[in-house]
Amino acid sequence: MIDFIGDLLVWFTENWDGQDGYLIRAWNTIRLSALATAVAALIAIPTGALLGHYRRFGVSAVAVVNIGRALPSFGIIALALPITIRIARNVPDGVPIFGSGLGFFPGFIALFALALPPIFTNTYTGIREVDPGTVEAARGMGLPEGKILRSVELPLASPVIIAGLRISAVQVVATSPLAALVAYGGLGRFIVDGFAIQDNIQIFAGALLVAALSILTELLFSRLEKRLVPRPLQLVEEQAAAPIGKPVAA
Amino acid sequence: MIVAQADGDPFVRWDWIWGHLDLVWEKVLEHLVLTGIALGIGLTVALLLSALALRFRKTYAPITWVTGIAYSIPSLALFAFLVPITGFTILTAEIGLVSYTLLILIRNVVAGIDGVDPAIKEAATGMGYTRRRLFFQIELPLALPVIIAGLRIAGVTTIGLVTVTALIGQGGVGFFILRGLNRFFSTEIVLGTMLSVILAVAVDLSLLGLERILTPWSKRTGSAT
Repeated sequence: MIDFIGDLLVWFTENWDGQDGYLIRAWNTIRLSALATAVAALIAIPTGALLGHYRRFGVSAVAVVNIGRALPSFGIIALALPITIRIARNVPDGVPIFGSGLGFFPGFIALFALALPPIFTNTYTGIREVDPGTVEAARGMGLPEGKILRSVELPLASPVIIAGLRISAVQVVATSPLAALVAYGGLGRFIVDGFAIQDNIQIFAGALLVAALSILTELLFSRLEKRLVPRPLQLVEEQAAAPIGKPVAA
Repeated sequence: MIVAQADGDPFVRWDWIWGHLDLVWEKVLEHLVLTGIALGIGLTVALLLSALALRFRKTYAPITWVTGIAYSIPSLALFAFLVPITGFTILTAEIGLVSYTLLILIRNVVAGIDGVDPAIKEAATGMGYTRRRLFFQIELPLALPVIIAGLRIAGVTTIGLVTVTALIGQGGVGFFILRGLNRFFSTEIVLGTMLSVILAVAVDLSLLGLERILTPWSKRTGSAT
């Protein structure tokens, strides 16, 4: 036990720098996760908001959650690989993102796909659940539809939308180590390579780093929620602890 | 053996799948066993912890806190933490899988029992029900729809997570996904992923059916998703 902790400390002092050090790999993981979540948000928030405002495709929101939950994230990451390799073959050499179709590209595609459903559903539900009386009042005051969406519905739905963003981000960070399987040089490498060479110290150290990053993400977003959401709209303890399985609604 | 797919090869080679139905069946069974054990143990532990939390309210916060932490650790990291101790075994897989079900199940059991109409409880107490009989014959049955809603989510989540255990030598249909990745053989990746989705839907529907059978008095259509 003592030996193990000692070896672990030695590992952390010896493996921090260089191309295969944990600093670069942590940065790679953060970069990939942040980009995937951000692009997903750029697409899912406007779509969810518009559909929610015009109350279209109500069934789709529920279906998206259910399908999202049934798809195994490991399968998504793996499926991205043959797809990106095929795409990369048809892209001229030297285009940076596509590369050989390994590493960043499949990782990004898979994590982006995983990040979409929670953001979309929460935006959609959040907008739909805004008190119709409030929306009617805004309409009665002569606000154009776009303005109603931007100045009335979006702020009122913001706690639910940001909750969706948090769910996505945490899920993406949690899944990102699996990108090591499609040859991405993130933190997951330590675990996957460690499995291959049966190096318990490296496996455990990798697990610590991955877990730390996902807990940090969770903390970051709960901070963000407190910062961005107006106090009266913040989800109270009781709502936050509602039974899982009901659509998220403030 | 490398079955690297050439440029012209189709995305899915159905003939390969038909030729390996025995293996498919074996891995599907393995997947269901891994999931069943996880859900069974998870539900038992969750019921015990929920009973504790309901009896001693102060324990609810720490219980959800600890299970919440277990829930938020990425699956690959959780299995990796256990490998140095329990190795590439089914035990490692099950400890990880069970710990992911706990938060969902405990929250829904407690919320379900809390949601039982106080008037019903009072009527039962007035009729002379003891605390224990009240729990087993009134509260638990009335909380079943919420508990099963939790079980459905835990079940679907577990089916997906089992695929990850392929990395620690278990995996059920995740075996195909991992081997497909290693051999650059997309047929196996698609096969493993689709099987996992089908199993998730099947488990979800069976639990929904179970709810219908166990709670014949509730006429709700399965609204809990």
